[in-house]
Amino acid sequence: MDFYFYSMRTLCLLILILTASCKEENRKNETKVDIEHNEDYSTVPLEIYDFEGLKPFLKTNTDKIYVVNFWATWCAPCIKELPYFEDLNSTYRDKNVEVLLVSLDFPKKYDSHLKPFIKKNNLNSKVVALDDNDSNSWIPAIHPDWSGAIPATLIFNKDKRQFYERTFTYEELEAEVKQFLN
Amino acid sequence: MKNIKGIIAVVAIVMLSGFATMKSGYKIGDIATDFKLENIDGKMVSLSDYKDAKGFIVIFTCNTCPYSVAYEDRIIALDKKYASKGYPVIAIMPNNTEVQPRDNMEAMKERAKRKGFTFPYLKDEGQKISPQYGATKTPEVYVLQKTNKGNEVKYIGAIDDNYQDATAVESKYVENAVDALLSGQPIKESQTRAIGCSIKL
Repeated sequence: MDFYFYSMRTLCLLILILTASCKEENRKNETKVDIEHNEDYSTVPLEIYDFEGLKPFLKTNTDKIYVVNFWATWCAPCIKELPYFEDLNSTYRDKNVEVLLVSLDFPKKYDSHLKPFIKKNNLNSKVVALDDNDSNSWIPAIHPDWSGAIPATLIFNKDKRQFYERTFTYEELEAEVKQFLN
Repeated sequence: MKNIKGIIAVVAIVMLSGFATMKSGYKIGDIATDFKLENIDGKMVSLSDYKDAKGFIVIFTCNTCPYSVAYEDRIIALDKKYASKGYPVIAIMPNNTEVQPRDNMEAMKERAKRKGFTFPYLKDEGQKISPQYGATKTPEVYVLQKTNKGNEVKYIGAIDDNYQDATAVESKYVENAVDALLSGQPIKESQTRAIGCSIKL
């Protein structure tokens, strides 16, 4: 009887552990872009531009330094580095640095993916969406070296411009911005 | 084990980002390398297997990139239209499946079966081929023409000018390029650019 009791207990414990680790596994596979169907995010404000509309954001006459990151919620390496851009924005705001996050999400995913992502991650940097099919024109206009792969980042002030088709760590990103501060 | 994989992935990403500035790859007119890559049916496929082909529509694509998925039906249509004319589609999945497990061979097989791929869907094991071609993203197309010197690169870039809506396409870049090759005309637009998912090396 005792044996039965203990083996049952072990079995229950084992099942418990197994289910727990399963849950853990599931959670790991989830990204921050998961959708909660019971919430309506369509009211989250989002500015949407074609390339003509985006152009004014890509140049400046002021003393500000702009860091423009091209990303999308479906792009895993973009999501990974997004917190660094957020950190940069808050740390360097008083040093005249501003981060702009340009989303390349598909328009049909704005309400279901992009807006929930902005809201859930409390993005402080300005987010705009670029909706322009003529990428063959605007990709080289943004920078001749850009193949079209994302993530991609543009850092500029009124005097110089640097383009990066790569991912960043926070330290790497900070180092690039510091070149503009001196 | 999971953690080790994670660390390897992170190291790979860091290395990739370090090398990203070293641009290389084919330009129009270069001779593209042949390869021997495993297909979803377990057989090895090379360009040289295609004795009767006039050229190839080589497409770097994968399961997990939304842009690739948006183009799947159009890739199938390209093969249906041009394989019989001597320009078959050869699809290559370039991602490192350690970094992007959902692109592994099992997933490739399943996707190909579900969509009814009519063309080989090859795994670039060890990521040897996409860097030589200079492909940086999925989907990315290289139209090759068989010549005495080898398979000459004739077109690099996007499939067409509208990833969102196949019915609203104005320029079918790849079709225009292959049509030009078939009729012996110069290709008007031999290089185009589109947004895509960075290849996970």
